[in-house]
Amino acid sequence: MSAAPSSDGPTPDREHALFLLREMLRIRRFEEKAAEMYSLQKIHGFLHLYIGEEATGVGAMQAFTPEDAIVATYREHGHAIARGMPATVLMAEMFGKATGCSHGHGGSMHFFDKARRFYGGYAIVGGGLPIAVGLALAEKLQKHSGVTACYFGDGAVAEGEFHEALNLAALWKLPVVFLCENNLYAMGTALARHQAQTDISAKAAPYGLASSAVDGMDVLAVEAAAKQAAAFVRAGNGPYLLELRTYRFRAHSMADPDLYRTKEEIEEWKKRDPLALFDARLRAWGLLEDAERARLEAEVTAEIEEAVRFAEAGPWEPVENLLADVRGPVKS
Amino acid sequence: MTKMTYREAVRAALRKALRSDPRVFLMGEDVGRYGGAFAVSHGLLAEFGPERIRDTPLSESTFVGAGIGAALGGMRPIVEIMTVNFSFLAMDQILNNAATLRHMSGGQLNVPLVVRMATGGGRQMAAQHSNSLEGWYAHIPGIQVLAPATVADAYGMLLGALREADPVFIFEHATLYPLEGEVDESAEPLEITRAAVRRSGGDVTLIAYGGSLGKALQAAERLAQAGIEAEVLDLRALRPLDIPAIVASVAKTHRAVVVDEAWRTGSLAAEISAQIMEKAFDDLDAPVARVCSAEVPMPYAKHLETAALPKVEEIVRAAQELVPRHG
Repeated sequence: MSAAPSSDGPTPDREHALFLLREMLRIRRFEEKAAEMYSLQKIHGFLHLYIGEEATGVGAMQAFTPEDAIVATYREHGHAIARGMPATVLMAEMFGKATGCSHGHGGSMHFFDKARRFYGGYAIVGGGLPIAVGLALAEKLQKHSGVTACYFGDGAVAEGEFHEALNLAALWKLPVVFLCENNLYAMGTALARHQAQTDISAKAAPYGLASSAVDGMDVLAVEAAAKQAAAFVRAGNGPYLLELRTYRFRAHSMADPDLYRTKEEIEEWKKRDPLALFDARLRAWGLLEDAERARLEAEVTAEIEEAVRFAEAGPWEPVENLLADVRGPVKS
Repeated sequence: MTKMTYREAVRAALRKALRSDPRVFLMGEDVGRYGGAFAVSHGLLAEFGPERIRDTPLSESTFVGAGIGAALGGMRPIVEIMTVNFSFLAMDQILNNAATLRHMSGGQLNVPLVVRMATGGGRQMAAQHSNSLEGWYAHIPGIQVLAPATVADAYGMLLGALREADPVFIFEHATLYPLEGEVDESAEPLEITRAAVRRSGGDVTLIAYGGSLGKALQAAERLAQAGIEAEVLDLRALRPLDIPAIVASVAKTHRAVVVDEAWRTGSLAAEISAQIMEKAFDDLDAPVARVCSAEVPMPYAKHLETAALPKVEEIVRAAQELVPRHG
């Protein structure tokens, strides 16, 4: 395990720093609005919020180019936004509208955007890892230079597919950056209650992977670590496992009464809110002042309001199309 | 036309696909250096190299998932799973991803993946290597399920499957690999979703597929000696089922026996019986009969295994019971 990069170093570029803050704020406000829309019964089914984990999604995404492929989980709103998918089509998807990114077939857990190489939200824990291995194999066989970023949670490390996928990616030296967003809970089961070895980054070495762990509440540290990991993979060294240590502030899903952890624990972690931490750091560096922050807030609020308007206005997929996307025409 | 075995026909199709499309590669357990558990891919490693003939770890879920991912990424993977019994380790990837991604992504993604595996009993492999569970796969929308019963189909259906935009599962009955037949290697890829009448007759339809086709043809021969002309319909595709072909034959014979090596309960034979009842009820002169495996895990001892599997004499008896004796 290498040392985690620190954000206490030199002052970052102002424009980039504000971009990171904005991306995290967009996710936070999107998720808050999603929760509101769920309570208004505009959104149904499962809704897993990313609040508290914004720095991992935003920070790590900075390491990847449009040529790279992204694989995510059922808690993927943050990844989709950070990848550049518009809030409009994401909100519409959760409303179940034809204008949603998956035509209302997927909902909250299954965002896809082929053009952005966002290969989706996978809702079987661990199920995305083999897909990421295959995408990376395709890159290698076609002699393309893209890498595949594979986000998953700490719950996935208990699945056989985690171990199989790490082994196969390392065996075949495939360009995968495995990004474990360790929020300490597999739904309601604490990491120490389902893993004998709770240092997730330590699970890489037995499979021959390089790995490290980083403070997932520090967006600059995450960005630096992810760029280091991606550079390692791009150089042809095989896959890399980066553990992003984070925490979700909200319950597992809207259906979760959150009985398995204490209010004190949640409040303790909220002191390390990635948005508030970064906001304070930017102010200390002299890169952010109240007027700029207010302007940012207003712009993001307007964007999210527009997403709701777009979702409301969108048509439903006609029922006649029910069977349209089961199989497609034979290739010529 | 070239004379070859079923095994050689699958290999010839693999070779043709590998030669003609650089996106095609084969991966699975022991497909390379070992030459395939059933020797199907023997010699391909030497010809195409380890990048395209890939031995995998015993990680069914991950190498099937990697096939799905590689298909998403622009390749045309052929994944071999050693037997149908092993394929259930990959059921998450097959059901939740391969069969689902096109729909779940609103039509953005498609998974042009071909998965081949051996199926069926009759070789004293006991309860963990002898099942015919292709009917479970035929339950799933989004995947196509093929069961080549002839040498020509072993060749042509694999090439046809590679033209599909979405996942195709091919079930090769393990007793068929030594079967000999003729293949036209210059022919266009076969139409892969239509059933085929393998013997024409007017008294009763024997509906079979894969490893049961030979038994149905033998039964028809014996029935002919007894004065009953049986039509033998080879399903070829198990999903989608060629219902019009089934209905057309039943409309002609008014009687049907479904032969299916799977267990009777909840089987493909049950689905076919229901379809005939729904779509050809007025044509029927007798209830649809089924000849399936006994509802027991497959035993090892030869006499017990034989007792558990569908037998020619059972098919003959079932047909005779449907056809009036004056016939």
